[in-house]
Amino acid sequence: MLEKMIFGRYIPGTSFVHKLDPRSKLSFVFLFIIAVFLANNAVTYGILLGFTLLVIFSSRIRIYFLINGLKPIIFLIAFTFLMHIFFTKEGAIIVDWKFIKIYEEGLRQGIFISLRFLVLVLMTSILTLTTSPISITDGMEDLLNPFKRFKLPVHELALMMSISLRFIPTLMDETDKILKAQLARGSDISTGSIKQRIRAVIPLLVPLFVSAFKRAEDLAIAMEVRGYRGGEGRTRYRQLKWHWRDTVALALLGVLVAALVLLRG
Amino acid sequence: MMKEVLSMDHVSFSYQSEEGVTEKAIDDISFAVQQGEWIAIVGHNGSGKSTLAKLMIGLLFPDEGEVNVFIQKLSEANLWAIRSRMGFVFQNPDNQFVGSTVQDDVAFALENNGVPFTDMVTRVHESLAQVNMSNFHDHEPHHLSGGQKQRVAIAGALALKPELLLMDEATSMLDPQGRDEVIRVVEELKTKTGLTVISITHDLEEALLADRIVVMNKGKLLTTGTPTQIFARGDELEAIGLDLPFAMKVSRLLRESGMELFGEHMTEEELVNGLWTSHFSK
Repeated sequence: MLEKMIFGRYIPGTSFVHKLDPRSKLSFVFLFIIAVFLANNAVTYGILLGFTLLVIFSSRIRIYFLINGLKPIIFLIAFTFLMHIFFTKEGAIIVDWKFIKIYEEGLRQGIFISLRFLVLVLMTSILTLTTSPISITDGMEDLLNPFKRFKLPVHELALMMSISLRFIPTLMDETDKILKAQLARGSDISTGSIKQRIRAVIPLLVPLFVSAFKRAEDLAIAMEVRGYRGGEGRTRYRQLKWHWRDTVALALLGVLVAALVLLRG
Repeated sequence: MMKEVLSMDHVSFSYQSEEGVTEKAIDDISFAVQQGEWIAIVGHNGSGKSTLAKLMIGLLFPDEGEVNVFIQKLSEANLWAIRSRMGFVFQNPDNQFVGSTVQDDVAFALENNGVPFTDMVTRVHESLAQVNMSNFHDHEPHHLSGGQKQRVAIAGALALKPELLLMDEATSMLDPQGRDEVIRVVEELKTKTGLTVISITHDLEEALLADRIVVMNKGKLLTTGTPTQIFARGDELEAIGLDLPFAMKVSRLLRESGMELFGEHMTEEELVNGLWTSHFSK
């Protein structure tokens, strides 16, 4: 089941969107999220949807794959839609069947809010699908750099994030090993009452934590003797490069915002 | 002209245990390492060899005596300058891999030392080539074997162009194949670049390749000498809990069961030669 989830997954590729600088992608998505709230009528929502489809198309990620991966979210969107339909009581009644009354405004709101939700989810998924986690970290570090002035530990946060990402597979392997070791000793985490199952997880977590702390200590020593002394005076191996295509992407976003502002009701 | 790279001068160190009793982990140790040498420090668990490694890289400072690296007394003041001239490889291949890909990890020490970007790229590629890992520069650590990770760690050390490479049990967590890969790389480096190597190990097969062996037992220096000199005292090594190389064990057992063999046989080749010539010398 987890294999199908595309949330937070990265799919390598060479499309226009893949090649964009992470900084431009991050600021693009951030600004897009704000821009979404400008839309308030059929035309502007139509433009938003069209724009999102254009982005998906240029990322060369198959729509079928996206929809399949977003199934759990689609339930959420459907739920939002139904909530709006039944609880908004404005405008003319369009359906009146027994106790169910659907108002025009409710239908309108339902469709718009679901669309807004869908567009947001699609856009952020495109970001994580086309950008490797480490690039996102690099981009964030760079974008947050001005906040260093306000004592925000930008470099440390970025390093923490990249080390966590680096150790996810290592700790997953470890969990798997511990799980097998405990199963071999007769531990059972898939049957019994909820209380029993939670109890059975404890012998899994304790060794995992112990080993994670041991790893952290080893890593700290390795980092220290390799000369790590914080962000001061450090150079960077990963260089970010702003290309013409990044400017193009942000310009396109500017066009979208202008269109939304002009056409909103 | 031989140049001294590292020396221990009457070094002692004790850990403070919880009851306030102090036990000497390192007890009056002195030895010197010359440029271009490969030194193996061997000893059983608890012999103090890991403490010795920590003293060499300034994670601990001695209670008595001096640790001199590159003819300077190791202290808080010159610690970082000295560390930037030496390379380290630790025991656990996973826990010393900092970068998210091979090249990021190799660049880590360079970044820390403020090497400019253009230099970094060439140095990362050069060092990866030296350990035969050029084709792996974009790989993530969890797709590498233990031996490959250790070779990346060596590359990370080499990128700084160190004068001394220190390996603390670097092969003890590897499978035999990974171990051979790592040892081969170090041997090659040593012959090609004349790198000084200190390897701390409990594996006597690995120690065989060294120019000189330092044997540790219970915090004390038992003896130093060339592999031939050290292995001539096989019984003593076994008495302090060290496992003799396979060929040596076979040769000893054969002799015990009445076969006539002359001298010690440290490697498989020597043993084979000893066996097929054993009847000629009658």
